[in-house]
Formats: sequence, C-alpha cells, structure tokens
Amino acid sequence: MKILVCLSNVPDTTSKITFTDNNTAFNSNGVQYIINPYDEIALSKAVELAEGEKGTVTVIHVGEAAADATIRKALAVGADDAVRVNATARDAWFVANQIANYAKSNAFDLILTGRESIDYNGAQVQGFLGELLNIPSISIAKKLEINGTEASVEREIEGGKEVLSVTLPIVVGTAEGVAEPKIPNMRGIMTARTKPLQVVDAIDVPVLSKISHYDTRAPRGQVKLIDKADIAQLVQLLHSEAKVI
Amino acid sequence: MSILVYIENVEGALKKSAFESLSYGKAVGDLTGEKVTALSIGNVSQEELNKVGQYGVEKVIEVNSSDLGQFVNQAYASVIAEVAKSIDAQTVILSNSFSGKGLAPRIAAKLGAALADGAISLPTISGSIWQIQKSVFSNKAIATEELQEQKKVIALTPNSLEATESAVPVAIEKYEPQVAAADLSTVIKDIVRATDKVSLPEADIVVSAGRGLKGPENWAMVEELADVLGAATACSKPVSDAGWRPHAEHVGQTGLAVTPNLYIAIGISGAIQHLAGVSASKTIVVINKDPEAPFFKVADYGIVGDAFEVVPQLIEALKAYKNN
Repeated sequence: MKILVCLSNVPDTTSKITFTDNNTAFNSNGVQYIINPYDEIALSKAVELAEGEKGTVTVIHVGEAAADATIRKALAVGADDAVRVNATARDAWFVANQIANYAKSNAFDLILTGRESIDYNGAQVQGFLGELLNIPSISIAKKLEINGTEASVEREIEGGKEVLSVTLPIVVGTAEGVAEPKIPNMRGIMTARTKPLQVVDAIDVPVLSKISHYDTRAPRGQVKLIDKADIAQLVQLLHSEAKVI
Repeated sequence: MSILVYIENVEGALKKSAFESLSYGKAVGDLTGEKVTALSIGNVSQEELNKVGQYGVEKVIEVNSSDLGQFVNQAYASVIAEVAKSIDAQTVILSNSFSGKGLAPRIAAKLGAALADGAISLPTISGSIWQIQKSVFSNKAIATEELQEQKKVIALTPNSLEATESAVPVAIEKYEPQVAAADLSTVIKDIVRATDKVSLPEADIVVSAGRGLKGPENWAMVEELADVLGAATACSKPVSDAGWRPHAEHVGQTGLAVTPNLYIAIGISGAIQHLAGVSASKTIVVINKDPEAPFFKVADYGIVGDAFEVVPQLIEALKAYKNN
C-alpha cells in the first residue's frame, strides 16, 4: 500500500500571532514552526499502517526550504521519503493542486491530511484533493482501519458518529482518535538524515482568492468578579446585562 | 444569475445552521439584487421545507431520491454543483458544519469557484470582488479574504450570524439529479447519534470543564448545569487526552473552535491553546479557585471559588431563575 501524507508547517501553538506590512502579512519573525498537529496524527497513522513492510509512506509539503526541518522530523517519525514542492504555499487551492499533480503520477492508495490546519483553519485540502483526483474524500475521521482494498472510517458528525466503508483510493482528513502522535527516537532522527527528500518545481495555478489583510481581535474588557456567596447575582447579570439567558 | 443556499437536515429536520445560511443568503441577495433559491437533499417534509419562507427565501429545490437518503460527500457535492449550474447560480452558500467542510471545496473545484470557508461576515462587494472575514490562527486573528472569481462558494461558520426572520410564501420544486454510480461508492454502515445532547458546534451555550474537576466521575454536575441551561458540554485538551471525556468535546486550538453566546469554563486555567478556541465566544464566565488563572483575563464574569461548591449553587440559582 502506498500512502501519501500531506504536511502543513504551522506556527507552534503557543506562538503570539502578529502581522507586518500594515497588517497584510503574517509576521514569522521568532516563530517556531511545527508539523500541523492534525497532520502529525495522519503521519502517525500512516507509519502504523505501513509497519511490517505492509506499505510505504511518502510525505509531501508545499513550501520553501525553511520547512525542511519539519519534513526531516516527519522522516524521523517513520516516513520513507519526502517531497517538497518548492513554492510559497499561497492558499489551499494552490497547495491541493500541487499535491494532486504529484499524486496523479504516483498512484497512491491512501492520501492522508489533517482535518484542518491550525493556522488558516481551512479544511479545504482534503476536499480539493478528492475532487482533483476524482476519488472519495472523508473528513473528520476519528478512526481509520484498512482491510485489503477496503477502508473503514469512523467520521465525526454533529452530536454523533458515522461508520463508512469505502474502496481505496481515498483521501481522509484525520483528527484525534485516529492515532497517537509518535515521538521520533534517536535511530529515527539519525536515519532521517539519509532518507530522500526530493524537491520539485510547482505548477501554475490560477489565483482565485487571496487574503488582503488581517485584524487582531479587540481585547476584552475587564472581568467582573462576583462573590461566590452571591451566585444569584451572576444569574441576574447573565440575564439583564449580557442577555445570554 | 442567482444564489443557491444548501440547507442541511438531521433525520428530516432542518438544522439551526440551515436557517443561518438562509438568512445569510437572503442578505447577500439583498446586496446583489439576485434571487435566492434553497436546496434540500434527503427526506424532509413539506412542512419543514416551508420554514424556508420564514427567512425570506421563496423557492426550495427538493432532491429526495433513495440514493441520497444519507449524506455521501461526493454525491452531495455533485448534486449541489449540478443544481447550481441548472439555475445559473454564481454563488453557493452552505454551513461550515462538519459536512459542509467536506462539501465546500469539492463544490468550489467543480464550479471553478473561489472559496471562502469559515466565513463570519457578510461580503463587502466591489464589482465582482467580494471581501469576507474569517477567523484564522484559531480565533487569534481575523483575515479578510478577497474572492476574485465571478463564481463563489461561501461556507458560513455556525453561530456567527443570527438567523433573521422575514416571512414569504414558499414554492417547492422537485428535482431529479443525475447521480453517477462512482459518486456513491462510499457506503454508510452505521450512524450513532446522541439525540438527547445539544450539538456542540451549533450550541448557543457551552458548559466546559477542565482538570479542576479532578476526575470523570465528577462530570455529573457539569452535565446537570448544561441541562438546566440547554447547553452543550465541552472540555479542555488534558481532559480528553486523559480519556475523561470524548475527543469530540475537546475545544481549543487543536480541538473544536466554538463561538457560543455564553461559554462557562469550570476548573480550566486558560492555557493559550484553550483560549484560542473559545475566546470568540460572546460572553465568557470563568469559575476557578485560582485567582491568578489566566482565563480571568479574557472573562466577562468570574467567580473565584472551588467548582465543587460553586457549581451546585449555580445550578440551584439557575433553577430558581427558571421557575420565576
């Protein structure tokens, strides 16, 4: 089984988010980048599925050379090889087209993405990939099992879950529950250095949309502390002042 | 040219987010001067479809074929795109629900449309360019997305805009789509739905608890508080990681981002990752025994006290309020 895992390189979850150029660009100065936490789940599941020579795991990232450290981490976790499409990841449409272009000539059985990225909070790549490759795309996956050419996917729905059965090839957007993120061991870190990281050129993709500027959220007012001996006051304030009950 | 709004149902009942999408569609139609048509897929009663008129939309296209009784992402995306083409809709609006997140990119790719997912505002329109706001960096910032294509798909964040009523009569038109067999290759084996619980992404009120609750056995009072308020329950990441509560309840940067009218945080200190997912809530109440808990800095109301003392009293106070 050939598995492709799509990696997004995102600011660490503790990062302070600021912007430059008159709030038109993200300020990456001093920001530590990590594998998108949901993609980390996808990667761990892929490595688990491929264990015991049951398959191979290729990771793909669309971005600049600065992301190579993140890609090497994925190799250390257990991916066999990596591809970086050498371009600025403009948006999800651009990224999905690059990945689809690579996937078309490499016949993957399973393509995994995270359910969304924690930077732009899009959940678009999995759907775009499904459409561009004309195969099913399933998100938000909470469990994923492969039996031969069949996949069983437990998908989260509002207030419950669905169990789906689908024939490979498919794209799955993974979430918590699919796998526990793996921590690279020393052997993994050493071997990652020698694993192939192929850099390929991007294809042209028309611009359909772009982010014109950013705003930061206005700070909230000061907290109104209520004495724990007078909880009825809180109920009153929620009713008459906040008007939420 | 027109606008198509896809309205989701759960077991035949239109979802709250469907009414939000309809109101949004109507407001966009008022801005562009285009007619708005709703599209329902699945077995939804005429009575339920008539509710579309309460939100100012006069026409519903009803697709109710046996193949499409349950949500199949690929097939639904094909049907929505086919209907959009048949009525020359340049704009497709849907909810950024769990299903909507899967549908929106497929529909956009089929139509060659620009996609704004997670939309939280009406568009600002300048010719064919529309600017729409969305939350990014898990609610830490707002981005303005500029849609440059004539065709557009907008997936609206649940709870971001209120449904507004403006009643008109509704015409219901049946439509038989051409569903390709390949689009139906995903088979639904089982659906498990907790019907007695309020859906977290759509909830107006969320009651959330963290490690301060000390263990899963203490969640009964959280659930009772949620019951009294008609709220959904949620939790912090350490709680779902420990297996005290299901992952589906985890709110925060790497969980679900929520925007309820009221978010009550009990025994959650307020790590930056948690705040990212909840700070767009309209009103925040924090109950924590540590007065230095960072959560108090973003709360509207706070009670410094032990959850095991405060929550039962709050439940009683709310019951007394409801009885009056």
